[in-house]
Amino acid sequence: MRVLGIETSCDETGVAIYDEHQGIIANLLYSQIELHREFGGVVPELASRDHIRKTLPMIDEALLASGSKPEDIHAIAYTAGPGLVGALLVGASIAKSLALAWNIPSLGIHHMEGHLLAALLTDNPPDYPFVALLVSGGHTQLMACHEPENYDLLGESQDDAAGEAFDKVARMLGLPYPGGPAIADLATEGKAARFSFPRPMTSKPGLDFSFSGLKTFTLNTIASLKVLSQQDKADIAVAFQEAVVDTIRIKCERALAATGMNSLVIAGGVSANVALRESLNHLSARLHCQVFYPDFRLCTDNGAMIAFAGYHRLSKGHREDLAINVKPRWPMVEL
Amino acid sequence: MRTVRIENEEAMVMFGAALAACLTGQTSVHIAGPLGAGKTTLCRGIIRAMGHQGAVKSPTFTLVEPYEINGRHVFHFDLYRLNDPRELEYIGVDEYFGEESFCLVEWPERAAGQLPPQDVDIQIDIVGQMRDLHISANSLHGERICQQLEQD
Repeated sequence: MRVLGIETSCDETGVAIYDEHQGIIANLLYSQIELHREFGGVVPELASRDHIRKTLPMIDEALLASGSKPEDIHAIAYTAGPGLVGALLVGASIAKSLALAWNIPSLGIHHMEGHLLAALLTDNPPDYPFVALLVSGGHTQLMACHEPENYDLLGESQDDAAGEAFDKVARMLGLPYPGGPAIADLATEGKAARFSFPRPMTSKPGLDFSFSGLKTFTLNTIASLKVLSQQDKADIAVAFQEAVVDTIRIKCERALAATGMNSLVIAGGVSANVALRESLNHLSARLHCQVFYPDFRLCTDNGAMIAFAGYHRLSKGHREDLAINVKPRWPMVEL
Repeated sequence: MRTVRIENEEAMVMFGAALAACLTGQTSVHIAGPLGAGKTTLCRGIIRAMGHQGAVKSPTFTLVEPYEINGRHVFHFDLYRLNDPRELEYIGVDEYFGEESFCLVEWPERAAGQLPPQDVDIQIDIVGQMRDLHISANSLHGERICQQLEQD
């Protein structure tokens, strides 16, 4: 069985094909592909979220790249939510139209379930149950994954996502976007002991996060210095990064204790942060638990996770009709 | 134009609650100010006071967070990541500014006038640890809101 996956919930246009025997046989992200063929005669600079013009040529490209013909595709999975209504509708409409034309089933997928299941797309997948931390520019969530399709939200950011805090603090320090790698680089030159940043929401019990206060703390720290030298910036970068990493590590430790689980899966763009990985590796050694990092290509938004989640749901007999429904707001507990 | 001095985060949330009490019918409020000025904190005060329980997350990544509060559609926009006003079309922005909806827009300047006209403008300035809110009406409906805010 081969499943085509379409992800258009926010910025990224992702198209992929999952084969039940061979795994991911095509995985295209518009932001990363080298266009082998022209889009309608030219190779244009398409605007962010212009999914309409990107998706169909990318489906052609995915079929070509994997040596698949339309009749090799057995189902189409698309992101049905949460996300931007206009963006979701593009993916849903294309999926439903192709499903009708090719006479195959289509299935709407929850974007966050896609991220969770992507952790299983490795040679050494974690066994259920596990705690999942999704930490990116848009999300900071801890989830308990008991078994397929049975997830509980343990905690989430009450304001800014961790990756967003990295981006905005980088901006305050005059560093480039994306902020995560820029701050991590600069932090290597910083003296960690000079500034003491708070660890938000760690003094009281609970698994929720808050990173907005760190942004304000950074702003006040910068304001307290008359001139911002390169060393000042590096010292702030390392203090900020340590505060974020520590906070995440504390919450992960609490989540493992609260659930009694001993596997931790880390997904999302921030999982590439070296200081975070070091801290969580220490945690796993200390607690005798295992930490899993999905392939980085599958950590950020992509079509492969949607194709794979679609394969899972289809094998369990899930089907839907051709009505086009998207859910811009869709709590995961409703799955 | 009216200016309000806000001492701290708690006062910002309370001002949001006072503003929420004056908002009726279809309304759009634009909130401008630099990073860390407290735009999202003000929105949190407004949205919570309208009756939303739970987190008011930053919409920076998602661009818009939808809420349904007591049967009312509330949309919290953050256009920080908008590179080009034409991108609003791909977001499906017309779907949001419909009848009886209530829209809060952070970083409205990124839309470069491509949004339906707002009723109220709020500019937040950072004054050390404090914040100055400059509030002005941009429509008849906005003037009524500002008058009521003045009375409370």
